[in-house]
Amino acid sequence: MKTKLTILAFIALTGAALAAPQTFDFKDPKGINNAGFKLDAPLEAINGSASGVTGTVTFDPENPGATKGRITVATASLMLPNPMQKQHMLSDKWLDATKFPEITFESKNFKNVQTAGDTTTADVIGTFTLKGVSKEFTVPVKLTCLKDKLGERVPNQKGDLLVIRANFTIKRSDFNINPGQFEDKVSDIIEITLSIAGASPK
Amino acid sequence: MKRTFRIIAAVLVVGAIAFWVAAGANRGWTKTRVPKKVVDEVTGLEGIQWQDKFVPGVDFLGVALLGAGFLAGVSFFVPAKSKQP
Repeated sequence: MKTKLTILAFIALTGAALAAPQTFDFKDPKGINNAGFKLDAPLEAINGSASGVTGTVTFDPENPGATKGRITVATASLMLPNPMQKQHMLSDKWLDATKFPEITFESKNFKNVQTAGDTTTADVIGTFTLKGVSKEFTVPVKLTCLKDKLGERVPNQKGDLLVIRANFTIKRSDFNINPGQFEDKVSDIIEITLSIAGASPK
Repeated sequence: MKRTFRIIAAVLVVGAIAFWVAAGANRGWTKTRVPKKVVDEVTGLEGIQWQDKFVPGVDFLGVALLGAGFLAGVSFFVPAKSKQP
């Protein structure tokens, strides 16, 4: 009887451990994680990316709808091909990277959650903060949980990977970035592409 | 002297256009860094690595043409070399 109870307790604990939410750290040692951005402009579109992505996401494969997390992008890590454009972008006239060093998205709620295999798609309702202005946004995301794949990416480590992809648009005028100004030179709409992977070591 | 200014202006125009064409005839702004896409085999994510590379754009051509125009303009104000008796 005692043995049976021990086995049952072990199975229950193992099951609970397997189903427990995992925390994924999005600081990428490989430097692949990035947030791309694009704005239309008369001569050529302004295409850039940011590499300073950090943050954590708590993900439960058994309950993807309960996913919570916060992703931060270091404003100073925003890069453009033209040095003068980059200098202007980070200056106090535009993003004011010194005063507002972080761009963040914090999830609040998941809607329209659909899971097929290891991939979940959902609409994430969360707070996007840019240049000190916070707005509630709904962002369509695709999450892919790669079980036991961490070792293939980072040698000598065991664990899982969570890949997040998202495409969405914001208006710079909503975030007090020269609202109503220079729209003949730089569009109001900013297209954002998020391609990040987080690790949950075991 | 007059001729020297005009030759320098012509060399500047031809050189700038040749360099611009050789560097890919970029019709956008001048770039000092270019993005290179890198695919992570495990996650399938496409990362971006920035590489230092000078790619002249239309602003580079504009500055070169303005410089050449200035030199050509200056040549009109340079007195012609007086012939020695």
